[in-house]
Amino acid sequence: MHRFANPARFQRIARRILPFFAGATVLFIGFGLYYALLGSPADYQQGETVRIMYVHVPAAWMSLFVYASMALSSAVALIWRHPLADLATRAAALPGAAFTALCLATGSLWGQPMWGTWWVWDARLTSVLVLLFLYLGYIALVDAFDDPERGAKAGSILALVGAVNLPIIKFSVDWWNTLHQPASVLKLGGPSIDGTMLRPLLLMALGFTCFFVTLLLLRLETALLDRKIRAVEERVS
Amino acid sequence: MSLTSRAKTAKRRRLWAVFAGLSGLGVAAALILTAFSDNLVFFHSPSDIIAGKVAPERRFRLGGLVEAGSVQRQSDGTTMLFRITDTAHSVTVTFKGVLPDLFREGQGVVTEGMLNRQGLFIAREVLAKHDENYMPKEVAEALKASGQWKSGQGNPGTSPAPK
Repeated sequence: MHRFANPARFQRIARRILPFFAGATVLFIGFGLYYALLGSPADYQQGETVRIMYVHVPAAWMSLFVYASMALSSAVALIWRHPLADLATRAAALPGAAFTALCLATGSLWGQPMWGTWWVWDARLTSVLVLLFLYLGYIALVDAFDDPERGAKAGSILALVGAVNLPIIKFSVDWWNTLHQPASVLKLGGPSIDGTMLRPLLLMALGFTCFFVTLLLLRLETALLDRKIRAVEERVS
Repeated sequence: MSLTSRAKTAKRRRLWAVFAGLSGLGVAAALILTAFSDNLVFFHSPSDIIAGKVAPERRFRLGGLVEAGSVQRQSDGTTMLFRITDTAHSVTVTFKGVLPDLFREGQGVVTEGMLNRQGLFIAREVLAKHDENYMPKEVAEALKASGQWKSGQGNPGTSPAPK
């Protein structure tokens, strides 16, 4: 891992793989949207409203995945003082918050016609709202210190503590009675979703993942350049 | 002690600190959630009411399946009367207002309201609960035709509630 700790080496690799991820994003989301909106059937109960799911579920998966990677890079930053880990946590926070907000917004739009309400305080919805606040809290905290290193350390601890929420979100629908339906894809006994509907869902999920990697590489590049500028400024002044 | 080995022990110490902190936090969260588990329940079942777990004239949520053949519209045209069952027990519910799209016989619903002294549940709000099954209409019909439809897997077979 320490081979990639060198920011210069990382930048060289990142620049090389960035176009592939950007291309894959366009490809997967393009085909995903075609199958989600046109090339898949309506649901037997929900009708056309099921198409909201093709954005909602990948956004929800990403909100968990991004937070898990932030917790991991926070642990790496705290234990091994890896020079890129703090920057990676910081770079992932805003896209993660955006995915969570998208998940909550699309879920609300689906809930109004299907459940008959925009919002309920059940265990799944509430724990995802807590996740959004964890993201926003992290973003506010890391910039609240004059010394960026202290900010990064406080942020890393917050990100690690918040990771307790991830299993709660995933299993909330199994542990308690919730209005939100239980898992359809990642569950024992295989997915309970028809193949024609699973295809756009997985394409969109791959597209969202590639989009996140593209954003992360771009944001890390910006952060590294920003750090260089600041170092030069300090030397000049 | 050499410099590299001192750096190594510091790393190991931090690794253990993070590990111990996280496991302590995990245990604490698990204990809190177990302690609160009764309060985290979004709705009660008809069996809970029969078992006397819910006091009358107190607002709570009642969840279950709409019993097949139980949905009636009252003579005033807006009040609905139906029974909610968890297959063991059932409770009669009355509701005045607009029902969600997914409301139909055999469908899972969550209603909010209170029991009156006669044991009739007066709902202020009715929410439809969706299950985890997603399939096109043709597949649902084919499953029913071949007799592979599992009961309790939603129930599109019954007609939508009279509107």
